[in-house]
Amino acid sequence: MTEYFIQAAYLAASVLFILGIKGLTRPERARRGMQLAALGMLVAIIGTLLNHQIITYVWIILGLLIGSGIGAAMSIWMPMTAIPQRTAISHAFGALAATLVGIAEYYEHVGHLDGTKMAALGFEVMFGSLTITGSFMAFGKLQGFVKSAPVTYKFQNHSNIALFVVAFVLFVFLIFSPGSQWAFYLMVLAGLAVGVLIVLPIGGADMPVVISLLNSYAGLASSATGFAIGNNVLIIAGALDGASGFLLSILMSKAMNRSFANVIFGAFGGGETGPGATAAIGDLTVHAVTAEDAAMQLAYARLVIVVPGYGMAVAQAQMQVRELAELIEKHGGEVKYAIHPVAGRMPGHMNVLLAEANVPYDRLYDMDEINGEFQRADVALVIGANDVVNPAARNNPSSPIHGMPILNVDQARRVIVIKRSMNPGFAGIENELFYQPNTSMLFGDGKKALLEVIGAIKAL
Amino acid sequence: MSMEAVTTILELYVFVLAGFVGYQLITRVPPLLHTPLMSATNAISGISLVGSLVVAGGEFSGLATFLGFIAVTAATINVVGGFMITDRMLKMFKPQGSSERPKEPA
Repeated sequence: MTEYFIQAAYLAASVLFILGIKGLTRPERARRGMQLAALGMLVAIIGTLLNHQIITYVWIILGLLIGSGIGAAMSIWMPMTAIPQRTAISHAFGALAATLVGIAEYYEHVGHLDGTKMAALGFEVMFGSLTITGSFMAFGKLQGFVKSAPVTYKFQNHSNIALFVVAFVLFVFLIFSPGSQWAFYLMVLAGLAVGVLIVLPIGGADMPVVISLLNSYAGLASSATGFAIGNNVLIIAGALDGASGFLLSILMSKAMNRSFANVIFGAFGGGETGPGATAAIGDLTVHAVTAEDAAMQLAYARLVIVVPGYGMAVAQAQMQVRELAELIEKHGGEVKYAIHPVAGRMPGHMNVLLAEANVPYDRLYDMDEINGEFQRADVALVIGANDVVNPAARNNPSSPIHGMPILNVDQARRVIVIKRSMNPGFAGIENELFYQPNTSMLFGDGKKALLEVIGAIKAL
Repeated sequence: MSMEAVTTILELYVFVLAGFVGYQLITRVPPLLHTPLMSATNAISGISLVGSLVVAGGEFSGLATFLGFIAVTAATINVVGGFMITDRMLKMFKPQGSSERPKEPA
C-alpha cells in the first residue's frame, strides 16, 4: 500500500516540476510556478521518507538540517553579482550527491550487478565526477581564486582527449566486467581529472557556455541515478535539467558564433590576436567627451538605448543606470535596455542585475527585439560592453569574432561609450565602434562616470 | 526479454519523453528569465536527494551511510538554496508601474 502512495507522490512531483518550468515562460507566473515545483520537491521527499528500506532517520535529519542551513544562508546573503558563482558551485553539489549515491550503490552491490545497472551507475559517476571538479573550477575562476585567463600548455587538447578516452574505455570495460573494482574507482579519478583539465583552458567570457554545459551534465547525472536505482522522478527531473542546460549552451554558443568544440578546445582570448584584428583601425582618433556634454545629449534625447555589459556589473553601477534612466524619462525621453545573450557571466545575468536595481522588466529587450530600433535611437549608451557591440563582427571577415551576432549600436544617431580606458576587451580585439565619428568616449569608472552625468543633468 | 531489460526500456521511454517535454517548454522561456531558469532546474535536479535519503537511512555499511549523509547534505543545499534564490530573483522582476517606489507622472 505504501509503495502505491510513494509512486503517486513521485508522479505528482513530476507533474509539478513540469508545471513549475512552464511557469517560467511568463514572468508574471514565474514565482507561482516555482512554488509549485518546490511543493513537488516536498511531496517527493515525504514520499521517499515512507520507504520501508529506510531504517534510521538520524543521518537523514542531520543532513537535511545542515544542508538547509547552508542552502538558506547562501541564498539569503549571496549578492546578485555572485549568482554565476553560486550556480557553478551548486552544480558541483548536485553532481557530488549523484556521484556519492552511485559510489555507495556500487560499493554495496558490487557482487551482483548486471551490465544494464552497471551502465547506469558508470554513466552516473563518470558524468557526476567530471561535473564536480569542472563546476568547482568554474566557481574558482568566477570567484577569482583560480586564474580566470585561459591556462594553456603544449599538447593540452591531445592529453585531455586521451584522458577522456581512458575514462570511457574503463566505462565500457565495466559494463562487461562489473566486478572490477579497480576499474570503477580509476574511472572516478579519471572523471575528476577530466573536469579540472577541461575547464582550465576556458576564459571568463566563455563562462556562459561552460556553466550551461555543466548544468546539463549535472542533470544527466541525476537522470542516470534514476536509472541506477529504478526511480522515474529522478529520470524526469534530471532530463528536464539536462534539456535546459543543453538548450542554453546551444543558445550561448550561437550568440558567440562558436561551436561547442571551439569553446572547449579553442582557448579563446589567450592573448594571441588575429592578424586582421587591429589592421582596420589605422590612424583613426577617438573623441572624448566630458560628463557635461554627455548629460546634454542624454537629457534631450527622445529615445536612449542602454547597452550594459559585464563591466557594469564589475563597477556595481546598476543603481546609477536606473537613476540616470529615471532622469531621462523626467526630461521626456524614453529609455530601453538592450541585452545581448552573452552579456555577463551566465545566461540572463544582466536581466537579474537590472531587475535588482528596480528596472521594470518590460524595458529589457533581447537582441532580436531591439536591434531594429537602434536606427531611431538618439543615443546608444554603452556601459562596460565591448565585443558584443563591435561592428567588426559584421564587417571584418578577418576578425576573430566575425559572424558573431552583435547589437547594432553603431546605427544609433549618437553613441556614448563609458569605458575605463582604451584597453581592448577580453578577447583582445580592437573595436572600431570607438573610432566612429558619431561615437563619444566618456572615460572613467562606470559608477563614477554615471554619477557625474547624473549630477550634470540635475544641474541643467 | 528479461524483466530487467523491459524496465530499462520503459525508463528510457520516460527519459526521452521527459527530455522532449523539457526541450519544448524551455524554448519558450524568454531570455529575460534564463538565470532563474538555470537556478530552478538546478534546484529541481536536487531531486537526487531522493536517492541519497535511501542510502543514508537504509541498511547499509558505515561507509555507504556516511557517503549517503554527505549526499543528503549536498543535495539539500541545492534544493533549499536553489528554490530560495530563484524566488528571491523572481521577486525582483516587476513590470512597469508596479515598482515599489512611487513613480511621478511624466
